[in-house]
Amino acid sequence: MEVTFRDAVTMLHGMGFGALLLLGFTGALAVLYSTSIAGHPWTPAGRRAAALYLIVMALLAWATVLAGAYLVYPWYRALAPAGTTDLGGYPQRLLLANSATAGWHDIGMEWKEHIAWFAPITLTAVAYIFVRYQERLPHFRGLRNAVTALTCLAFLSAAVAGVFGAMLNKYAPVRGGPDLVIMKGGARG
Amino acid sequence: MADALRDAPANGPGAAAVLAAAIGCLTLGVLALVADAVPRVAAAIDVWKPTGPLSGVTDGAIVVWLAAWFLLSRRWARRAVNMAGVNWAAIVIFLAALLLTFPPFMDMAQGR
Repeated sequence: MEVTFRDAVTMLHGMGFGALLLLGFTGALAVLYSTSIAGHPWTPAGRRAAALYLIVMALLAWATVLAGAYLVYPWYRALAPAGTTDLGGYPQRLLLANSATAGWHDIGMEWKEHIAWFAPITLTAVAYIFVRYQERLPHFRGLRNAVTALTCLAFLSAAVAGVFGAMLNKYAPVRGGPDLVIMKGGARG
Repeated sequence: MADALRDAPANGPGAAAVLAAAIGCLTLGVLALVADAVPRVAAAIDVWKPTGPLSGVTDGAIVVWLAAWFLLSRRWARRAVNMAGVNWAAIVIFLAALLLTFPPFMDMAQGR
């Protein structure tokens, strides 16, 4: 069982940072609802843990977009040398070479590469406001509404990026570099 | 409860964070559209070749976002601002930002 180095980095970007971020949104919304809207009593230690949770989410969002834009995207958009017939190592070129798959780049990647950045920006604001206002956040109705809306917007942008990322990697996987052996299995004939 | 309300900071710093986030996202949308429409702009903001113009689009948005946050935070540090107004402004700005990043809209704006 092997993956290429680029496969591994792409998985870290999407299935590591990105998927973990998406999984975290239910927890973030539950924390915000409980602490800021429902007014459930939280201990100081519980609030600190909740603040740490939101900070980690913001960091995950930054890790996802930075790894995507600066590690995976250069491999995705690499130009194929003239005369190249096997476009397997050039995902963007591979998608654009066929009208049935070009949309995955023209709409999917073009949208994903921009909207994904809404998540770290908005989640940084969410974490900052939660940490700054702490137990006083419920008293600022407009602010707590804004924080909840920002979290929903971050989820929307991360979900768009995640769905298109998964589909792009299905139709034109980013592959190459040295092979990494995960597990050796016996051949069955 | 009364003590908590009396000691509560103004909502200004929080409002600054909300509005600055909206401004950062709008900047990203505007830069994405301009870079897509004007090849010379795309070349000018190609700050890291492997990533291409996207590097300038995102770096520019981050710089504007942080600058807006810094300036608004200083201006609203101890102020209670009209949060409903800030929220409505942020909603409009975020909607514009979402539209500007949506490729069919970008194409339509360029007459394609």
